[in-house]
Amino acid sequence: MVKQEQEIASRPDNTAFTQQRLPAWQPMLSAGIVIPGFVLIGLAFIGIGVALFVTSQSITVMELDYTGVERTSPCFRCSDPNVKNCVCQLDFSIASLFKGPVFFYYGLTNYFQNYRRYGVSKDDDQLSGDLDSFTSPSDTCSPYEYDSNNKPIVPCGSVANSMFNDTFKLYQIVNGTKKQVPFDGKGIAWWTDYNVKYRNPSVTPLRDAFNGTVKPLFWPRPAYELDPSDPANNGFINQDFLVWMRRAALPDFRKLYRRITEGDYAQGLPAGNYSLEIAYNYPVLSFDGRKKVVLSNVSWMGGKNEFLGIAYLVIGSLCIVMSIIMLIVYAKFKFPEEE
Amino acid sequence: MARESEDPAMTKASKVKRQRKKKPKENKTRTVHANILYDNAKGEENPNRHYANNEIKTTKYTLLSFLPKNLFEQFHRFANVYFVFIALLNFVPVVNAFQPELALAPVVFILSVTAIKDLWEDYRRHRSDQEINHMDCLVYSRAERRYVEKYWKELRVGDFIRLRCNEILPADVLLLSSSDPDRLCHIETATLDGETNLKQRQVVRSFYDLDCDFNPLKYNSIIECEKPNNDLNRFRGYIIHRSGRRDALYKENLLLRGCTIRNTEEAVGIVIYAGHETKAMLNNNGPRYKRSKLERQMNVDVFWCVIILLVMCLFAAVGHGLWMFQYGDKRPVFDVLSPEGTDLSPIMSAIYLFLTMIIVFQVLIPISLFVSIEIVKICQVYFIHQDMELYDEETDSHLQCRALNITEDLGQMQYIFSDKTGTLTENKMVFRRCTVAGVEYSHDANARRLAMYQEMDSEEEECTSHGGTLPRRDSVTSHQSPHGQCSSPPTSVLIPLCCVLSTDNPSSVLQEKDITPDPQLLDKPTSQLPSDLADIIDFFIALTICNTVVVSSPNQPRQKVQLTSAASVHSSSSLITNRSSNKGCSSLLSSPSAESTLTKLDEEQTPRGLEHAFSPVPPCYDGKGWNLEEGELRYEAESPDEAALVYAARAYKCSLVGRLPDQVTVELPHLGKLSFELLHTLGFDSTRKRMSVVVRHPLTDQITVYTKGADSVIMDLIRPPDTGSSKGKRQKKIVNRTQNYLNLYAADGLRTLCIAKKILSKEQYACWLQRHLEAETAIQGREELLFESALRLETNLHLLGATGIEDRLQDGVPETIASLRKAGLQIWVLTGDKQETAVNIAYACKLLHYIQAKFLCSSTEQATKSFHGSFAPFEIYSSSSPSSHSSSHTAAPFTVHRLGLVIDGRTLAYALDKSLEDKFLAVARSCRSVLCCRSTPLQKSMVVKLVRNKLKVMTLAIGDGANDVSMIQVADVGVGISGQEGMQAVMASDFALPRFRYLQKLLLVHGHWCYSRLANMILYFFYKNAMFVALIFWYQFYCGFSGSAMIDQWYLIFFNLMFSAFPQLITGTLDKDVSAETLQQLPQLYVNGQNSEEYKPYMFWMNMIDAFYQSLVCFFIPYFAYADSDVDLFTWGTPITTLALFTILVHLGIETKTWTWMNWLSIAFSIALFFTVALCYNASCPTCYTPSNPYWTMQRLLQDPLFYLLCVITPLVALLPSWINSLQKPAGTSSASAGSRWGHPSPAPRHHRGPFYKQSNRAGGARWGPQTLRGACQISTLYFLQK
Repeated sequence: MVKQEQEIASRPDNTAFTQQRLPAWQPMLSAGIVIPGFVLIGLAFIGIGVALFVTSQSITVMELDYTGVERTSPCFRCSDPNVKNCVCQLDFSIASLFKGPVFFYYGLTNYFQNYRRYGVSKDDDQLSGDLDSFTSPSDTCSPYEYDSNNKPIVPCGSVANSMFNDTFKLYQIVNGTKKQVPFDGKGIAWWTDYNVKYRNPSVTPLRDAFNGTVKPLFWPRPAYELDPSDPANNGFINQDFLVWMRRAALPDFRKLYRRITEGDYAQGLPAGNYSLEIAYNYPVLSFDGRKKVVLSNVSWMGGKNEFLGIAYLVIGSLCIVMSIIMLIVYAKFKFPEEE
Repeated sequence: MARESEDPAMTKASKVKRQRKKKPKENKTRTVHANILYDNAKGEENPNRHYANNEIKTTKYTLLSFLPKNLFEQFHRFANVYFVFIALLNFVPVVNAFQPELALAPVVFILSVTAIKDLWEDYRRHRSDQEINHMDCLVYSRAERRYVEKYWKELRVGDFIRLRCNEILPADVLLLSSSDPDRLCHIETATLDGETNLKQRQVVRSFYDLDCDFNPLKYNSIIECEKPNNDLNRFRGYIIHRSGRRDALYKENLLLRGCTIRNTEEAVGIVIYAGHETKAMLNNNGPRYKRSKLERQMNVDVFWCVIILLVMCLFAAVGHGLWMFQYGDKRPVFDVLSPEGTDLSPIMSAIYLFLTMIIVFQVLIPISLFVSIEIVKICQVYFIHQDMELYDEETDSHLQCRALNITEDLGQMQYIFSDKTGTLTENKMVFRRCTVAGVEYSHDANARRLAMYQEMDSEEEECTSHGGTLPRRDSVTSHQSPHGQCSSPPTSVLIPLCCVLSTDNPSSVLQEKDITPDPQLLDKPTSQLPSDLADIIDFFIALTICNTVVVSSPNQPRQKVQLTSAASVHSSSSLITNRSSNKGCSSLLSSPSAESTLTKLDEEQTPRGLEHAFSPVPPCYDGKGWNLEEGELRYEAESPDEAALVYAARAYKCSLVGRLPDQVTVELPHLGKLSFELLHTLGFDSTRKRMSVVVRHPLTDQITVYTKGADSVIMDLIRPPDTGSSKGKRQKKIVNRTQNYLNLYAADGLRTLCIAKKILSKEQYACWLQRHLEAETAIQGREELLFESALRLETNLHLLGATGIEDRLQDGVPETIASLRKAGLQIWVLTGDKQETAVNIAYACKLLHYIQAKFLCSSTEQATKSFHGSFAPFEIYSSSSPSSHSSSHTAAPFTVHRLGLVIDGRTLAYALDKSLEDKFLAVARSCRSVLCCRSTPLQKSMVVKLVRNKLKVMTLAIGDGANDVSMIQVADVGVGISGQEGMQAVMASDFALPRFRYLQKLLLVHGHWCYSRLANMILYFFYKNAMFVALIFWYQFYCGFSGSAMIDQWYLIFFNLMFSAFPQLITGTLDKDVSAETLQQLPQLYVNGQNSEEYKPYMFWMNMIDAFYQSLVCFFIPYFAYADSDVDLFTWGTPITTLALFTILVHLGIETKTWTWMNWLSIAFSIALFFTVALCYNASCPTCYTPSNPYWTMQRLLQDPLFYLLCVITPLVALLPSWINSLQKPAGTSSASAGSRWGHPSPAPRHHRGPFYKQSNRAGGARWGPQTLRGACQISTLYFLQK
């Protein structure tokens, strides 16, 4: 008995795995499966496409370019880089109620926030409130690491340095008088950004933490004075700063500036004339950029975007068309072949 | 006394040592002194100290050297250097793209996986080394004046060791003493060459006549021998005694490490080579490394990938330069100055960017491809190894894959070169017929019996006649089947006993022993002329002694038959004379009998009294007792032919009862035991194609040469008969008739051998001997001298007769050949056998068809002579068969397939000439089958090399014997048959098969699978990497060609290594495009691999285009979907990564033809792994992983409906073309698989299919079109010809 076992010691195991006989499913793509499959996929896609398209259509978007390239533009005089503290006014009207909540974006074009060396130029430790990094910022911030007096720049790096600094005020013209539309600057950045990722150093008052440091070269005010109206919205957790620090994916982008959710405008912007007051600071002409303001409301799928709905519709129709072609081919070839 | 003898030896030794010091390196020989002379001296005094000791260390690394050495070895692979270069580039701040530490991860991962594998292998080697080094052996110690136990590793060159029976030799040892009365020592060399027969080794002649035990203390000779080398069959040198006498040393004196002592109770020897310098270790080569065709092709495409990479980088660099240039001096706010605070010029930034891009796009060169291929190949080897259908129960052997990295080559073979004997045939030799002195003895009874066996169930027969390499008594008895395998039918009662007895026999087969004598020949002595009678006796004596067969007894396995009972006066006297002849090297010796054989035979007819006069053995004419005694003898031969002949002779009661190096004892009917003094054995070699023994005939005292060899050579050496005398005429007639019979035998497919003899006068012998001894003692060119010496001896022979031995075809050979043929494989048979035999076997295995025109190329002696000069010998072709030659040119193109080319060795020599090889190939290619007979091993390998190099085809050589080794090594894939003729072929091969018929499944099924799996996997790899990298490339257009990536660096680096790695490995290992049954039923499918249809150069580019298309879709759908939104870089990039992963996995799904649970699991695992890693990574650290810092990105995405909508539509759009393509083209192969899915064999694969498939079936049909068409043409032609 033992001997026999020894004899077959080197006999391979007769299992489905070793003999490569594992039960296997081979996709049987016969016409009976493929054609109905295509029809089903097509119908489903058309359904989704219609839903997306309708949703997208329901979204209102209003874009206002205020770069001031054209001479007629109210902001033309501001576009000269030598003019400081320029304020310009843009008037527009809304024909019917702009349904709320309305999101107020600023947009830039031809602006490469995704430029590789630009994106690297920041110090995450500093931005999370590490005081050591205040005195000696990371090399990655170079050359916006120290100023000419060799004082550390806080927040360092190119991203922070180039922070967008135009400010906007929106007025509704009611009977010839300007009525300011209240902006909600809370919650425009990611919750995790101002609660987890970015922290101010735990020093009170905040300005003490910045002793011995200088503000970024392009900044008018230091980081701890970014929002004079709300002391909690200063330093690295200033929401405008956070929005800026989240780099845009593409060179033409918009960033959320404020939401309009309060007071009379909680339901949206009523029809009427409006005036947008812009503190024009940010230079874009050097790189042929454009600046704009976008007013938009959003749906479950985000902002207005017709592409996806159309794509679904096209692909869905394509599936249907293909299933019809296949059906014809099937009908044509089935019978001669069967003979 | 011992003291006295030592001192001069000491001084002499030190003199030698001083000489050695003067010219240490020039010495071409090794000098070995006995160590015990130096026991007291310091280590440096010992002249042997320079030689390696016996500790073996096969490990490559030590603890310290592991890291540097392993890394050094790994960096021999260019790809690794490239990846390390890129990883290091990342540490340069100006150009870095990723976190430098992270960029190291893949390289470190790949390197460490390989390193761990190497370390494990090395550890296992270390363990086994330790085990071997700590084995015990007995070494003589001068201090204790006895043999003491020591470890193997403590053994040194010059030590005396004592060996006991069944011990394994620890080193290469010169045999100085043996307990065997004949001063012999038997060894089994199975571990070296796989041959299980015992080999005799001989005590060095000078120590031959020591009466008492060998005393190491008295030893004071010096041995000079050659430097260590790996030739197992060569050892030469001499021993210098104190007296100044020199004695030559031969390989017969050397016991090799690793062999086992058998049959000898005790032996003493001195260590000559130790440790790594032993022949066994020098022969121990590592596994073979070959590069497969697929891999060569792949490397070309890797090269293309590099080009694509460089082009992409260059494009990006130029783009970046222009982008920078457009801003001119006006620096945009988002620009970043150089660290020095100055502006970078566009050109400088372009150059830096070029390097950055190489880092970013590095994934295009698939770092994990090489590792993945290795993993898949290991799995493939595992599956081949595990295949039940490639397992031979009889010998309990698997198919062995000895080369691990050419499995896919099996699917691409175009030419098969096969040996005949032992490969196509069983190599179990059966004596069938013989002719003696021109009279044919047909052995009809034998033939009848054989024919009857063949009718029987072959399977049963297989069980009983199993290959005799392993004694397997139990299995055989359990397989007992009551057919007359073991003896003639009427005696079936005796079968069980007979089988038990015979299966003990390790190296001979039942059939070999079992010969029914031809009654006509058996009764000869009473009815024939004396001269004929003498020829008959000589014939059998030649059969019996002209060989190297060792006799042993079956009851005590591996115990030599001791000739104690037969230690007759006669033999002992001859022993004494032997020794005197050895010492004096003189040829004259006295003999107790000077009468001729014939006289003896005449006397034998008269009363027994005379018998006693020259044979003290009690005469036993009682047939029964005689037979019983004989039945216990067993013959172990190096080649089965020899054993068959000895058994045949025994059937005629002329049996070999003992063989000593100097003497062969033969038992003859009526004469009893005769001891022939064996003067010389001129062994068989493939050039001479014959062997000879020189003996002194005990009765006549004549020096007789018996020669046995191929008929072609022997016939040329026959003494031209003196036509004048009547005897001469008769002789001529005999030669002619023998030649006729030989032709007849060959036509029957028998292996023929001619037996001849020659009687030397004493003067002739003395003359020859003198020159022979010179040759033997020569150190330089000894082989050549011995060869010439043999040629001088083997002339003017007297023909005795010829034998025909049958070698049956292996099971399933014709079927296998037929189906390999159908698979489009060209099969050439290269054999050393004679033409007629080879042709016959070729007919039997359907290699040639009777209706085929044969195209014989054999040059006659005259032709050879006349064309030997400046003539172009190729003309022989047309002259020898003008009709068929011209017909092959004039006839329609496909008629060439009727032709079979048969070419013999002599002609082949011309054909392989540089000027003619092209013509030869042209002729050979137009023939359906090619048969080269009488070819030498060298010619075999030359033919393979020629075909391989000139036709640029994939070649496979299959063979079983040592003569096939060179051919096996030359071919792309070498296959060895682990059969009867030892293991040399297996040792040299890449794959070792137990039987020829397994070649069918190995090639048609496993070859096809391995090839198609690997080809698809490699293509998929290229596709996958290109697709992923192209995503980033498209992005460069939107980020100022700045080398920025929207895909997080972690995903970028681990995408290949982790997220998408497993499914392709599973598919690469398990996918079956066609089921095994279909592949075997439709061998035509093999053409797929031959034409490399799974992986053609254009397919790489198709894949690239597909990859670029898919990446465009995966890039631009999210691009448009997120256009004009406030999406940030990585919130936009992560969906793209996800989409790419889905697309890549679904693409693999389309490529996968069979889905097992493992495929599902691996894909599910990949997706789960990606999301798990992404979620963990995005939640782990809020401030780490600069610059991407993707905290909470994935979490937010999973709440975004847009993300899911993208995940649905993008892979569908991306894969729609390739999916429709796959609907359109389930190529010929998969159409066949359609029917056979679910394991049904598919008689009509089309029936289950839908419309597209019907169309595609047509396409598939057209695809095999040429092949089938040609086949059809052939069939019709053949049919036509038959009419």
